[in-house]
Amino acid sequence: MGITVVEVTKKFGDFVALDDVTVAIPEGSLTALLGPSGSGKSTLLRVIAGLEDPDRGQVLLGADDVTSRPARARGVGMVFQHYAAFKHMTVWENVAFGLKVRKRPKAEIGRRVHELLELVQLEGLAKRYPAQLSGGQRQRMALARALAVDPEVLLLDEPFGAVDARVRKELRAWLRRLHDEVHVTTIIVTHDQEEAMEVAGQIVVINQGRVEQVGTPRELYDSPANEFVMSFVGPVNRIGDTFVRPRDISLGLEPDGDSTEAMVERIVHLGFEVRAELVRDDGQHLLAQLTQEEAQALELERGLIVYLKPSRETVFTP
Amino acid sequence: MTGRYALRFGALGYLTVLLLVPVGLVFYRTFQHGLHPAWAAATNPQAQHALWLTLIIAAIAVPLNTAFGVVLGIALVRHRFPGRGLLNAIVDLPLALSPVVVGLSLYLLYGTGGWLAGLSEHGVKILFSLPGMTLATIFVSLPFVVREVVPVLREIGTDQEQAAETLGAAPFTTFRRITLPAIRWAVGYGVVLTTARAIGEFGAVSIVSGRIEGKTETLPLYVQSQFDSSLGVDPTGAFAASVVLALIALMTVLAMRLFRPSAASLAMPLRGRGGFAGAAVSTRPAGRMRSVSETSGSKEEL
Repeated sequence: MGITVVEVTKKFGDFVALDDVTVAIPEGSLTALLGPSGSGKSTLLRVIAGLEDPDRGQVLLGADDVTSRPARARGVGMVFQHYAAFKHMTVWENVAFGLKVRKRPKAEIGRRVHELLELVQLEGLAKRYPAQLSGGQRQRMALARALAVDPEVLLLDEPFGAVDARVRKELRAWLRRLHDEVHVTTIIVTHDQEEAMEVAGQIVVINQGRVEQVGTPRELYDSPANEFVMSFVGPVNRIGDTFVRPRDISLGLEPDGDSTEAMVERIVHLGFEVRAELVRDDGQHLLAQLTQEEAQALELERGLIVYLKPSRETVFTP
Repeated sequence: MTGRYALRFGALGYLTVLLLVPVGLVFYRTFQHGLHPAWAAATNPQAQHALWLTLIIAAIAVPLNTAFGVVLGIALVRHRFPGRGLLNAIVDLPLALSPVVVGLSLYLLYGTGGWLAGLSEHGVKILFSLPGMTLATIFVSLPFVVREVVPVLREIGTDQEQAAETLGAAPFTTFRRITLPAIRWAVGYGVVLTTARAIGEFGAVSIVSGRIEGKTETLPLYVQSQFDSSLGVDPTGAFAASVVLALIALMTVLAMRLFRPSAASLAMPLRGRGGFAGAAVSTRPAGRMRSVSETSGSKEEL
């Protein structure tokens, strides 16, 4: 089911969390709400879930205006940042909760819970309590619990924020596969641009309660709408009014036309990728991204004088 | 290491001198001449009536204060309303106020010339009877459940409740299935403290009861009257009744121990196992340590 948010404003006292936000989430998509902390992305998710009432505006699920409908009647599944596991219930009971509340027949509950635990790979841990699970397992349990009631919409609030980096990577890939399998319209809130790009088909960039840009990861990276999006979705060099991605800086050992001279200040090896921190005569610092072969070909090392030329620049006209 | 042992012996010695020795002496004096005289003293009709009355009052006051405490705790933590701060402060009033003052205020309210004195003219007897004594007991034992529940409600936050809501649970279902189980240990300890206070209350009940022997005499009042009438010569009756009070207190505490949460349902089994004391504390909801001093306060009145 598609989600439409129309001109939603939400204030907490004097703080404007959402400022006239309008967004359309296509049915069956996996959309990321991306923004820095305090940007209003979580508030938007909670407005969609029905956990916050907007001061103005509407929320539509499919064609239904659900703005005044309580969360329990919206048919959304939500996964919270800190799992929100029911601590006094086993994994099985956690997942069964939504079905029990709906008074489904016992046999059906048993079958569905079993199915979901298999889906999230927790079959063997049904009798454990949340406290006996790892962070990643708890998050998968929370996901199974949200999916148990066959939600029209799945909402994930920074779902991988509380697990360590390696598990986070696994969970992302797993969520991607899960979405391919289940096809439920999914929104994931994150402040991590890499996570958004890796997982989502569509990204909504939010800043200071406003939508800055909506697009595919590629569109955001290649043609950002403004300075904020440009600098938020990836590393960027700012030279005067011009923005250059570190990847779009080409380096050479000889001057070439309008290239400028710079000295290598520091080199960071990240496996395949090499990052070179450069400083120009005029004191301007720049970051360049190269492949390992490129770096080897240049025999890049600290103190080396190189000539740089941006292969692609972006200028935003206000 | 030595420092730790010194601390343990210090704490143990302190408790021994201040608590164990005096209470132990009561037990010793009660059973000094064997079981029979003690049994006779504890089971004479007047003593039995006092025990019965004490239990009835507790049986009314404890459930009322438990229900009220849970509702008020949720209101204070989960809702914002004008007068919330004031309400929060008023709840503590019974802790701060001397029970005698509580008794006196009820006396002024319902007694001759009081605002509600008219009730007795219409046949509703408050003072010198069960209703008055129950009111006094409810008053003095009111804060315990609230004070146990509030910090735990704060600690668990609203995440679980909101998760239940998104899963389709109506407010009352969420309360029954999520909130209540999450605060059950706090409620349990609150009940223990409330019960201890209700059973041991002396000052407030003493004033509103009129202390009519065999009629409005609770067990603590009975202890006092036995002690007074014996002139200190043979206070076996007082001691025996004291032992009964102490045993009730012991049973309430033990009852809670038996229902302690199993390790599995606890939030933090990943923590390293501490010493005995550490392990015991970690199984308890936050905010308990403060209340322990309140129990000892009520015990001193026994």
